[in-house]
Amino acid sequence: MDDSIAMQVTRYRPDKNSQPVPVDYEVPLRTEWTVLDGLNHIKAEQDETLSFRWSCRMGICGSCGMNVNGEPRLTCATFLSDYAPGPVRVEPLANFPVVKDLIVDITDFMEKLPRVKPWIIRDDDVTEIDGEYIQTPEELEAYQQFSMCINCMLCYAACPVYGLDPDFVGPAAIALAERYDLDSRDRGSRERLDVLIEKEGVWGCTFVGECTSVCPKHVDPAGAIQRYKLKAAQESVKAFLLPKALRR
Amino acid sequence: MSAPVTRVPSYQRRIGVFWWVHKRSYFLFVMRELSSIFVAWFVVYLLMFVAAVAGGQQRYDEFLDRATSPLLLVVNAVGLAFLVLHTVTWFALTPKAMVLRLGGRRVPGTAMLAAQYVALAVVSAFIYWLVVKA
Amino acid sequence: MKFRVLPFVWLTFSGGGVVAAVFLPVLVVLLAFALPLGWVDPSHAHLEGLVQSWFTRIALFALIVPMLVHAAHRFRYTVYDGLQVKHKVLVALACYGGAMVLAMAAFLVLTTV
Repeated sequence: MDDSIAMQVTRYRPDKNSQPVPVDYEVPLRTEWTVLDGLNHIKAEQDETLSFRWSCRMGICGSCGMNVNGEPRLTCATFLSDYAPGPVRVEPLANFPVVKDLIVDITDFMEKLPRVKPWIIRDDDVTEIDGEYIQTPEELEAYQQFSMCINCMLCYAACPVYGLDPDFVGPAAIALAERYDLDSRDRGSRERLDVLIEKEGVWGCTFVGECTSVCPKHVDPAGAIQRYKLKAAQESVKAFLLPKALRR
Repeated sequence: MSAPVTRVPSYQRRIGVFWWVHKRSYFLFVMRELSSIFVAWFVVYLLMFVAAVAGGQQRYDEFLDRATSPLLLVVNAVGLAFLVLHTVTWFALTPKAMVLRLGGRRVPGTAMLAAQYVALAVVSAFIYWLVVKA
Repeated sequence: MKFRVLPFVWLTFSGGGVVAAVFLPVLVVLLAFALPLGWVDPSHAHLEGLVQSWFTRIALFALIVPMLVHAAHRFRYTVYDGLQVKHKVLVALACYGGAMVLAMAAFLVLTTV
């Protein structure tokens, strides 16, 4: 193995560049080093002005997502050695506006997420004083997969529909809506359906499936969206085609 | 309610018209979607066939004759390839898009996949019998 | 619950996708290759009897309409996302309108033969 690897990092300094430009760096190549370690090495040893987000370095916080060789990845979980002999191309997460270097503006996602009401909605006044909500292992299993989302937004970067149609509410938000819909404690399905049945909701999705491929937590947003379409269609048929007596 | 957000100036990247040629999965996706053109074409072809058959022996013979022209054979061969792509991808995606439960248990994806190919075989055999043998 | 037309279009799109995947390949192999190239040779009288039965005609119409909606719906999004034609309303009108014209043509063909 070589003892160093080339990293081509996209830089964007609003005061200096009119558009993002690739800049080449050389970093030590060690088996245990991730792309994030490479970036930290650049910042510590070569150019302290390089800006990027990171926090936990263990795939939990979801803040170090970037496009590595064109593929949205958590840089703390992507090893430099997998790209040897290099170069490793590091770009800001696709489909989001770039603020500086590898930092993207996530305002759009932050505005979309609460639209699907990703929290438990109750129609009664039960409080914690009345005791816990009991949930069986089966009831937990029903939504558990969708609850693993860490809001890293890799799925938004992988989704061509979101890139081309910024109105689309997007993969993670819909997967989270599904997570609460499937929760036995929740009563908010109808409220979320009213949001997601709009054309900016689930219908923009054309099942490219890339959101699921890139998800580091195996949440399967693509599956969630298709299931949501089916649910929306079933509810519509029930509400508008079936005679009243047959509706549930 | 959510706190007010400060908008920061930012650089908006553009997506080129050929965004789908650089990545295999995007390319396959667009090819899969383009199969819709050939689905529509084969519906038209099917209707032309029905009209020709109903028009009598001579019109039917003319139709078969025209169908052996190189142009039509190529168009139909390309169309069939796209149609196979549609069938394969559609079957593969169905278990991902819906959850079937039988007796409280989730039907595994491989079983749903196999069931669809069985359906394809049964329907194909039936139509073959209807057109050729019955 | 709010009424939205898209869920119904999507349901028909899905139904048409199933029909195109299951019924269309064998029909194409037969009508576009096996019959014209003489791999099989059913008599014209037999085929005529087949297309003149009401069962065949109703079945064909029931298969054709969802397939047309399927093609129109899919092509609409391909044009919009794949080719980035941003005239949303125009594209939708052309696609669904085209499907409707073809569905009417199918109705005419299948009722007059």
